Amino acid sequence: MRALDFQYMWDMVPVLLGYVPLTLFMAIVGMFFALILASVMAVERVFRVPVLDVFVRLFISFFRGTPLLVQLFLFYYGLPQVLSFLTSINGVTATIMGLTLHFAAYMAESIRAAILGVDRSQWEASQAVGMTQVQMMWHIILPQASRVAAPTLVNYFIDMIKGTSLAFTLGVTELMGATQKEAAGSFLYFEAFLVVAAIYWIMVELLSFAQRHLEIYLNKAFAR
Amino acid sequence: MTSKAAISVTGLNKSFGTTSVLKDISLEIAPGERVVVIGPSGTGKSTLLRCLNYLDHPDSGTIRVGDLSVDPATASRADILGLRRRTAFVFQNYALFANKTALQNITQALITVKGQSKVDATARALETLRETGLSNKADSYPAALSGGQQQRVGIGRAMALDADLMLFDEPTSALDPEWVGEVLDLMRRVAEKKQTMLIVTHEMQFAREIADRIIFMSDGEIVEQGKPEQLLETPSDPRTQAFLRRVAKTG
Repeated sequence: MRALDFQYMWDMVPVLLGYVPLTLFMAIVGMFFALILASVMAVERVFRVPVLDVFVRLFISFFRGTPLLVQLFLFYYGLPQVLSFLTSINGVTATIMGLTLHFAAYMAESIRAAILGVDRSQWEASQAVGMTQVQMMWHIILPQASRVAAPTLVNYFIDMIKGTSLAFTLGVTELMGATQKEAAGSFLYFEAFLVVAAIYWIMVELLSFAQRHLEIYLNKAFAR
Repeated sequence: MTSKAAISVTGLNKSFGTTSVLKDISLEIAPGERVVVIGPSGTGKSTLLRCLNYLDHPDSGTIRVGDLSVDPATASRADILGLRRRTAFVFQNYALFANKTALQNITQALITVKGQSKVDATARALETLRETGLSNKADSYPAALSGGQQQRVGIGRAMALDADLMLFDEPTSALDPEWVGEVLDLMRRVAEKKQTMLIVTHEMQFAREIADRIIFMSDGEIVEQGKPEQLLETPSDPRTQAFLRRVAKTG
C-alpha cells in the first residue's frame, strides 16, 4: 500500500481538461445527428412506410444487436478495406458515425414509444383543422412526444459522452486516450484513472443539472 | 359550385368490423342552416360527423362540399385534406393542442393550414378570443383552463377557420353541469351569424331553440326529420316517440 500522489493528480487536471472539448464535440455532434436520424426512423416506424420499414427495422435490429466497439472497429478498420473512398476516414469521424448510428437505433425506439403515447385527441384535432401529416408531426405530435422522451434521451446522451472513450481504441487521443498515455509515462495508473473518472462524473452531473431545467421547460404547458 | 347545398351526402355507409354503423345515409344542408342530430347512444350520430371530415373513412358514399366531391373509392389524400379544410370540428373532449396556448390553438391552423401571416392570424385569434369571452386567457395552456373554457377555445378554433360547415360532436357531454350554459351560449352566438352548423347533442331545449331542422337517428339510419316543433311534439315514427319519452323522463 502506498499513499496517493495528490500533487500528480492535481497537475493532471488541467492537462486532461484540455481534452474535454474533443470529448464533448464528439458527443454533441453524435447526439445531434442521432436525434435527427432517430426521429425520422421513429416517425417511419409509426406510419410503417412500405419497403422503407423493412430497412429501418433491419437497421435498428443490427445496431442494437451488436456491441458499439464492434461497430466502431467495423467502420474504422473494416470499411476502408472494401470502400476505397473511406481510406481517409479518421478516428474522430468514425467515432461520431458509430455513436450516431448506434444510439439512433436505441433512441428511435424511445421516440416511437413517446409518439404512440400522445393522446389520440391530438392526432384527430390536427387532422380536423386540415394539417398535413408532416405539419401534424412537426407542430403537435413531436413536441408533445419530446416531453415524454426527454428523460430517456438525456440518459442516452450521458451514455454517449462515456461512449466517446472508445475512440481511444481507434487511436484518437481524446480524454481516455490522453489519460492512458499519461499513466503509461508515470506508472501512476490509479491516480490517472481516478482523475479521469472524476472528470466524466462531473460532466454527467452538470448535464443532469441541465436536464432538470429542460424538463421544467418541456412541462410548462402541462403545469396547472 | 356544383350544388347550392353547403354539404350534400349521398348513400353513406360505414361498418366497424361486422357492425354496420351508418346505413345508406343521405343528407343535404343548405348554407346557413342549423341542423341538430338527436337519437339514442350508439346509433352512429358521432360516426356520421366523423365521416363527414374523414376522421373515420366511410366505406362508401359521396360527400360534396362546394365544388369538391369525395368518394372513398377514389379519394386522394388531397381530396381528404380539402374536405377537412372546408369543415371545422368541435370535439366532445375539446381536443385542444396540449402544447399550445389558447391563442396558439387558434393561430396554429390559420398559419400552417391557411397560410396567414403571424400578424393576421394573431389579430384574428384575439378577436375570436374576445368573442368567446377569453381575452384574459390568451396565454394560458389548456391544462390551466376549466372544461368550459377549453371548449370555448375549441369552438373559437373552429370559428376562426371560416369553414363552410361547422361540425359539433356532443360539445357539452363531457362538461360539468356548471360549464354547459356558457358553451351553449357561445354556440347560440355562432348560430346567429348564419354559420352552417351540424350539431350532435343531447340538449333538447337547446336543439329546439336554435335548430332549423332536427334529425332523429336510430340504428344507423335517419328515421325522420323536420322542424323542431314538428319533430319534438308530433313525431310520426314509434322509435322517435319512444326516444323522446325516455329523454323527457330523465331531464
